[in-house]
Amino acid sequence: MTPQLLIFFVLAALAVLGAVSLILQKHPIHSALSLIVVMVALAGLYLLMGAEFVAAVQIIVYGGAIMVLFVFVIMLLNAGIEEHTSLSKFAGPPGLLLVVALAGFLAATIARSTGTVQAAGQTGAMASTKGISSMLFRDFVYPFELTSFLILVAIMGAVVLAQREKS
Amino acid sequence: MVPTNYYLILSAILFGLGVFAFIFKRNIITIFMSIELMLNAVNLAFVAFSQALGKLDGQVFVLFVIVVAAAEAAVGLGIIILIARNRQSLNVERVDLLKL
Repeated sequence: MTPQLLIFFVLAALAVLGAVSLILQKHPIHSALSLIVVMVALAGLYLLMGAEFVAAVQIIVYGGAIMVLFVFVIMLLNAGIEEHTSLSKFAGPPGLLLVVALAGFLAATIARSTGTVQAAGQTGAMASTKGISSMLFRDFVYPFELTSFLILVAIMGAVVLAQREKS
Repeated sequence: MVPTNYYLILSAILFGLGVFAFIFKRNIITIFMSIELMLNAVNLAFVAFSQALGKLDGQVFVLFVIVVAAAEAAVGLGIIILIARNRQSLNVERVDLLKL
């Protein structure tokens, strides 16, 4: 077993355990901390794949900004332990069936694929970041500018939604 | 070198766990977090394919997905605050105005 494979299995186990912990925890703040573990493990996997820039963005935006927002809202609303209500009689069994069907479909698709997709050579760290920036500002410049508009709309929407009504 | 299949299997497992959490959790904030988990699983598949094909398009798409996730988190948490203010509960079972 090569060191890379070993690192992969450690990080993959960490990510899956974090996701399982997200499901099992009763308190939302514990779920949020589990999700941070998943995101950090995924950032490590991106580093392993030679995607340094994506790994940094994953840590800064997902692990930093988005999860801070989640934790902030959980504490703002003083969210307590999840109260357990029974599953809907109509939605429960079909939902479980759908989860099993989706898992089976994904497993079948992956199993059917030839399994010979090999990495086409590691691109260097700087080459990867340089390539991303030139693609982002050359080929994808219009989508990139549109995202700034999207974020502006999202900021205004969040402010309007969360403000207190003055009356 | 880690085979690309391993990354895809991990991605599928994480996505499945996200769907499971989305269906079976009752707290609306946790449901929202499971959506983020699913987006992360898709990002992993994007980067894995980007590495497998030796092209950077996948990584650029991941950046766009992260931007959309950030915008979605901001608006979604605003909606959650509104729900908590109006219904005094974070349980999705209590948000049942449309139920007969």
